[in-house]
Parts: sequence; structure tokens; C-alpha cells
Amino acid sequence: MSETRYTKDHEWVTVDGGEGTCGITAYAAEQLGDVVFVELPAVGTSFKQGDEMAVVESVKAASEVYAPVSGEVIAVNDVLEGEPGKVNESPDGEGWFVKLKIADAAELGSMMDDAAYKAHTS
Amino acid sequence: MSMNSQGRPSRPLHIHDAGAYEDTFSGSKGLDQAEPLIFERGHFDNTGVDLDAPKGTPTRLGGLDRTEAIGMPGLSEPEAMRHYVRLSRKNYAIDLGLYPLGSCTMKHNPRLNEKMARLPGFGDIHPLQPQSTVQGAFELIGELAHWLMTLTGTPAVAMSPKAGAHGELCGMMAIRAALDARGETHRRRVLVPESAHGTNPATAVQCGFTVDEIPANEGGRVDMEAFKAKLGDDVAGIMLTNPNTCGLFERDIREIADLIHEAGGYFYCDGANFNAIVGRVRPGDLGIDAMHINLHKTFSTPHGGGGPGSGPTVFSEALAPYAPVPYVKQHGDSWTMIEHEADAHDDGTDPFGRMTAFHGNMGMFTRALSYMMSHGSDGLKQAAEDAVLNANYIQARLNHVMTQAFEGTCMHEALFDDRFLKDTGVSTLDFAKAMIDEGYHPMTMYFPLVVHGAMLIEPTETESKASLDRFCDTLEGLALAAKAGETARFTVAPVHAPAKRLDETRAARSPILRWTPPADEQVAAE
Repeated sequence: MSETRYTKDHEWVTVDGGEGTCGITAYAAEQLGDVVFVELPAVGTSFKQGDEMAVVESVKAASEVYAPVSGEVIAVNDVLEGEPGKVNESPDGEGWFVKLKIADAAELGSMMDDAAYKAHTS
Repeated sequence: MSMNSQGRPSRPLHIHDAGAYEDTFSGSKGLDQAEPLIFERGHFDNTGVDLDAPKGTPTRLGGLDRTEAIGMPGLSEPEAMRHYVRLSRKNYAIDLGLYPLGSCTMKHNPRLNEKMARLPGFGDIHPLQPQSTVQGAFELIGELAHWLMTLTGTPAVAMSPKAGAHGELCGMMAIRAALDARGETHRRRVLVPESAHGTNPATAVQCGFTVDEIPANEGGRVDMEAFKAKLGDDVAGIMLTNPNTCGLFERDIREIADLIHEAGGYFYCDGANFNAIVGRVRPGDLGIDAMHINLHKTFSTPHGGGGPGSGPTVFSEALAPYAPVPYVKQHGDSWTMIEHEADAHDDGTDPFGRMTAFHGNMGMFTRALSYMMSHGSDGLKQAAEDAVLNANYIQARLNHVMTQAFEGTCMHEALFDDRFLKDTGVSTLDFAKAMIDEGYHPMTMYFPLVVHGAMLIEPTETESKASLDRFCDTLEGLALAAKAGETARFTVAPVHAPAKRLDETRAARSPILRWTPPADEQVAAE
């Protein structure tokens, strides 16, 4: 069964077994405006929770995307290189950023669930 | 009146039908003339013919003959001139109107500066001339350096950096040299507030440092507790802009300077906003170790496409020995330029190196010193005061219809957020575009990042009260229109500009960076 957790910096991670798929939330995508460029990390890179993992650039500004959990990158969404607009169209689906092999599942415990994130952004 | 009853009607009959002939045959709209790219307008056969060389003509090019056309547009002199004049008429400039770009200090560039810069003794000299023949230019550089050190309360200045970010690089390289000289090569972390100019973290990284961001407090200034928590023995220094990019004076700057020094680091101050405090505050007295000065902002030399920048960088006693070469030196009545590090060693200093081939942007030095000397020390002080007064006038006139980002008075720029546009369907971007229809260059928008939908307005001291009133009346009208639901006025704007609303997203996602000739022209050119 998969579950989704959120950071206060508007990243999400959907956990499936020991793997987590990460991206930025619909709220973040809306705030950024049209995304024009996404810089993703190399497969095999390891991050600690909160490390700068990717960069997303919109018509307004460039912003860092932080690793929602610690782990090693096992896949990146290459589609975003040619179609950064996917981040706006489908931030929690086709607009995912990276898949991580989660290093410490305990980190998920302190993160927000759907309801808490909704409250955080309203 | 019967006189001249057959004369030319002063108003064509169809004027009442305005809009009926919106499309013209030429593509031009009156004085707004359509202008294609120079490569589309010009063609190699417009200005001449290319005849084959007569048979039997010996070639002396040793096999280096050109084998294909070089692709230059072919235009007559008036055609080339008209192309650029037409383009310039579609543009906005400080010579056309108020230019409220926050953080950019788009002040008037006095024509006296231009006259001085064109004096042959300054304008027609070459950097490789014998030093004895350019004594006046050296004296000018020395005099300008003296003014800059006096205004900042510092003992040294590097004149060569050619822009603000280049000056930052100069300052941070000096900090790195000083740390290395102390044997403290482990100090590589630089603290940068999140409201900083983007060039600050970029400069730090370029110099091999890592960046550690300090959050802003609710008042838009450095969060002192967060700053203190980040101090440590791996800290190289802090880069702080003061007044900051929220248009606010960092009141804790003395304490910040003391704390960073106690922690063994250096204080880089970004001088981009020096215009607000010239003659009022000497940054050297606040404890800074290095600061660049944008001559193209504070001291009225042209920028924004109008001329090269210039970013002399001042240093404290601690960093002065590491200032780069070249620099000018006075010996009684004569001057020399110290070009080489070895010569600087004779002066007891240890420059970190050299940043430019020659001495910096001489033309900007001449303009900046003209500005300083024509204003005098009292005039410079008044310019700073008027810049702050003008920004506060705008803030006070507009804060009943727009929403001020932070409470209290501001320094040289007024910062608004987009709360006043909430639920109007109008974004900061739309609001800025509507300003173009009103004949104004938009303010800086979406910067600083710490403010939602930021609109940063810097009028500078250039504007009169009447000019500020016209500007405020316009923004007031726009703000009220947005609140009254006139959304279309904004979302399709600009409609009166030579280029309508541009697709910025497509331009960023699929930029076309190179013009390619149509296929038939490629053939013809061969």
C-alpha cells in the first residue's frame, strides 16, 4: 500500500515498499507559475533529508527542491527535460521528479499527511 | 469663416471610425514602424553586385580564398541607421520617462558627464600609451578613488572591477586570499540572507565557498537568532546588502559586523543600494571589510544597455593588502600605475592578482567623478535624502490602495506585495503589463523572493513631485480598476505597445536563439 507525505517546503513523497517517488505539490506548482526548466540529480546520488536535490525554474523565479527523505536516487523523470510543463499539468503524477531508495523510513513519521498539508497551505 | 474653406480638412472624415483601418498596407502604424530583423531586411544583393573575377587573375591568398558567403546583411548606410533608430523607438529608456525598476537605481544620466567623458584627454587615450602621456587620466582615477574611500570611510579601493557582480567577486577573492594567508583554508562557508541579490550566492560559489542561507524575520530584515546560530569556525564571512532588497536598513548591522569578526570571518557588504545612504553613513564605520560601489547606479553612469558598468570595490585595513593590481599611485606631482604584483610587494602589499586586462572602465570613471564634483559633498548627501524621500512619498501615496509589504518607512525603494490583488483575477505580472499600456516601464516584480507577488518600486531622486504624482495617480487608477473587476484591462495587456503580450513561457521553454535564412536565400548566397 502506498502513502503520501508532505514537507513544509511543498515536496511530496509517495512511499511504496522501500521506494519513494518525490515531486513538488500542486500548491507549489501553482505558486511558481509556468515551469520552464527542471534540473534533476544523477541516478546514484545520495541525499540527506532536506538537502538540495533539484532546481525548478519558472517564469517568475528559480527555486531549490529539497529531498523530502534521505535516500539514494534510483530513477529520475527524464521527461521533464523536454517537457517541464508536466510539473504544472500533473504535479503529483507525470510531473514527478525522482525516485529514492529510502534510507530511513522513520523520517516519514514526522512529516505531514494529506489533511495536515492541506491545513498548512490554507 | 470663409477663408481657406477649400483647404485641407484638419481631421479626416473617417476619424470617427477609428479602428476601421487598424491593419495598414505597410505593417507600420504611423510613427510606430514595422521593423524586421536586420538579416531579413538586408540582403547581399541590395547594396552591390558580386562579379566573378576575370579569368586569368592571379590569386595571392595562398589557398585561403573565401569559399562561401559570410552571411552579412547587405544594407546601405541610411538603411542600417534607420534599422537601429526604429528599434530604439520601440524601447523604453530613462531619457523617455520614469523608470521605477527596484534595486536598479535608474537615475538620470547627466549630459555634463557625457561632455566630460568625450574630452580628448580622457576619451581618446589608449591603455598602452606611455604613462607619462596619461598623467591626467591617472590623476582622475586617483581623485575618484579618494572620493570613494572618503564616502565609504575605507582605506583602500580596487578601481578595476567592471560591474557590480565583478566587484563582489573582487571582494570575495580578497576575503579568500586573507583567509588563505591566515592558513585558515577550512573556512569556506559564507552566510547569505535569503533576500540577497542572486549574484551574492553565485559569487560565493564562484570563489569556491558554500552558501548558507539566513532567513529573514517578519520585519524583512536578517533574523539575528538564526544568524548567530549559523556562526562557527568554518565561516568565511557574510554577504549582506544594506539597505537590503526589501528597501529596509539593516539596523543590526553593527552587531552583525562585530559577531562575524568575533567568529573569525569577514563582512562583505553589497553596495548596490549605496545610493540611499551616500553622505549619511560611511559603511567603513559600520564594520564592513569589502563593498563594491555601482558607479552605474549610485554615481549616475549609464546602464541597462546604455553603457558598461563599473564596480570599484573598497576594502578595510584587514583586506587592503590583498587588493588586486593595477592601481594608481601618486609621487608628489606625478602618478604611476602599479601594474605587477612584484611592484606591489615593494609597497608592502600582497595582491591576490589581477581582474582585468587594463585599469577598468575609464569612461565611467570620468562620468562618475563629473557627477560627484558637480554635486559636491552636500549635493550627494541631498541626492540620497531625496531618493529616500521620493520612495517614501510613493509608499505613503499608494498604501491605501496597494499593500505595503513591511510596516514603517522605507529607504530608497517602496515594496508592495499582491494582497491587494487577492480575488481580483489579476496577478503581479498582469499589473506590471498594464503599466506598459500606461506608458511606464514596470517596477521590479517577483523580487525579493521573500515577499509574495512582490512589486519593488525605486523612483530615485531624479523625479519631481509632479512626476511622482502622475505615476501614483496611474498606479492608483490601476489598483482601483483591478478591484472594480476590470480584469480584461490587465490580462490582455499590453495592447498599446509595439509588441503585445509575449508568451514568456514558450520563449523560456523553446527559445529560438539563431536566425536561419530561408532555403531559397541560402542557395542564392552561394
